[in-house]
Amino acid sequence: MLELKDITWCAPSGEQILNGVSFTVPDNRLVAVTGPNGGGKTTIAKLIAGIEKPNSGKIYLDGEDITDLNVTERAGKGISYAFQQPVRFKGLTVRDLIRLSSGEERSDEMLCEVLGKVGLCAREYIDREVSSSLSGGEIKRIEIASVLERPSKLAVFDEPEAGIDLWSFTSLISVFEELRQKKDKTLVIISHQERILSVADEIVVISGGEVKHSGEKDEILPLLLNDGVRSKVCPKM
Amino acid sequence: MELITEKLLNVVSDWTGTFAGAYNIRENGQCAGRAVTENIDISTKTDKPGIDIKIKPNTKKETVSIPACVTKGDIDDLVYNDFYVGENSDIVIVAGCGVHTDTHETARHNGIHRFFLSKNSHVVYKEKHIGTGDGDGTRSIDPVTEAFLEEGAVLEIESVQIKGVDSTNRKTKAVVGKDAKLIIRESLMTDGNQVANTEFEVELNGENSGTNLVSRSVAKGSSKQNYRSRIIGNAACTGHSECDAIIADKATVNAAPELTAANPDAQLIHEAAIGKIAGEQILKLMTLGLTEQEAENIIIEGFLK
Repeated sequence: MLELKDITWCAPSGEQILNGVSFTVPDNRLVAVTGPNGGGKTTIAKLIAGIEKPNSGKIYLDGEDITDLNVTERAGKGISYAFQQPVRFKGLTVRDLIRLSSGEERSDEMLCEVLGKVGLCAREYIDREVSSSLSGGEIKRIEIASVLERPSKLAVFDEPEAGIDLWSFTSLISVFEELRQKKDKTLVIISHQERILSVADEIVVISGGEVKHSGEKDEILPLLLNDGVRSKVCPKM
Repeated sequence: MELITEKLLNVVSDWTGTFAGAYNIRENGQCAGRAVTENIDISTKTDKPGIDIKIKPNTKKETVSIPACVTKGDIDDLVYNDFYVGENSDIVIVAGCGVHTDTHETARHNGIHRFFLSKNSHVVYKEKHIGTGDGDGTRSIDPVTEAFLEEGAVLEIESVQIKGVDSTNRKTKAVVGKDAKLIIRESLMTDGNQVANTEFEVELNGENSGTNLVSRSVAKGSSKQNYRSRIIGNAACTGHSECDAIIADKATVNAAPELTAANPDAQLIHEAAIGKIAGEQILKLMTLGLTEQEAENIIIEGFLK
């Protein structure tokens, strides 16, 4: 179980982004975190991965205080993180990245399966560099595939839909749905997308640096869609 | 053959006690072993130190290895090696060089290689350099490469120098004929007070000739690197030069790609980029469980691969 307790965080400019955020992600559930741009969603993802540290508040993983652990240590505790803007590397191939992520050399068949899930043909991609030679959509899908392959108990996806075409998006939804049904991994997905919210178990709405709503999807989603909150809270939906 | 030579040979030319195909091993300025094949002849020059390597036309899938090692200080080895590659040949040349000194005296190898590629021949030339030994004497390798490519010939140079060479001046000049291509991939790493100078000069003289010069380097410590490339387009041709450097600590990198076009159909491009390892690259690898140091090593290893 992941627990964020009274988290505050200020941007380097001094602007207060998160102002006492608390919520819990139970084991093996898919929790979508949504809300307007600039509301602090990506900051929450980075705080969970350890890329940012809170000014105050605590983060617990299975009851253990991980607030002061660095990125490597949190990865060692089983936390994975898919970047919103994937990082490019000159010289590292798709095969290298997935090997580093999974911790072992994957066979071509296995690479084919995981890349297929995100709509890529392995044969065309496994030996390509994860560099600027790949388009935004391609590198995003490779980022997601590499995180899917990482053995972890908690995976955080920061706006996985960004830059992905419609066809791959349908495939991506199936991947999340499949992961949710397997119930062997806890998932936190930062998203604006109604279709991603609709496959979540729970939804947390972050706005103005605070948790505005949180609860079961069936309870929160109608609230977002029907009562006009959408236009205020999620302009992209 | 000395034990140090065998160790150097293993690193620079994949020596496992023998070579497949023709070879000539140079140890401290002397020949320490040679073999020829039906298609590849190696003979000692009579007017100056060095060898002539003659490859018969239509020689396919053969390898010729000509490693050179300097195993002690106070040796200044100068050698002239000429390659004559026959028409329609398709071969691999491995020319590693290792310099070793356990004293404060200089160990230097200066190899001057000339390549004459006949029509439609294809050569992959692999050059790996290393410096070893505990002495504080300078380990120095100064290769000069000249290449002449006739119609349709292709020369691919893969040059790697990643450890232990204190001083290097690498000069490569080529004249490229009709439909011929020159491809150079250089990987270079310097550390401490090492100095590396690279100069490429390519004349694209034939119609539809081309070149692609790619240099990737890492400069650490207080090391200094200078990269100069000059592509001269005298015909309808394509030329591309790319110098990419990762810089760390107190190192200095200077990159100066130059293009000269003397024909309106010459298409020449250069790119040069110098920068430290991006923090987000390290972060990404840390999210996969690597430490900061492991992440840096993986990034550098991949970059120079």
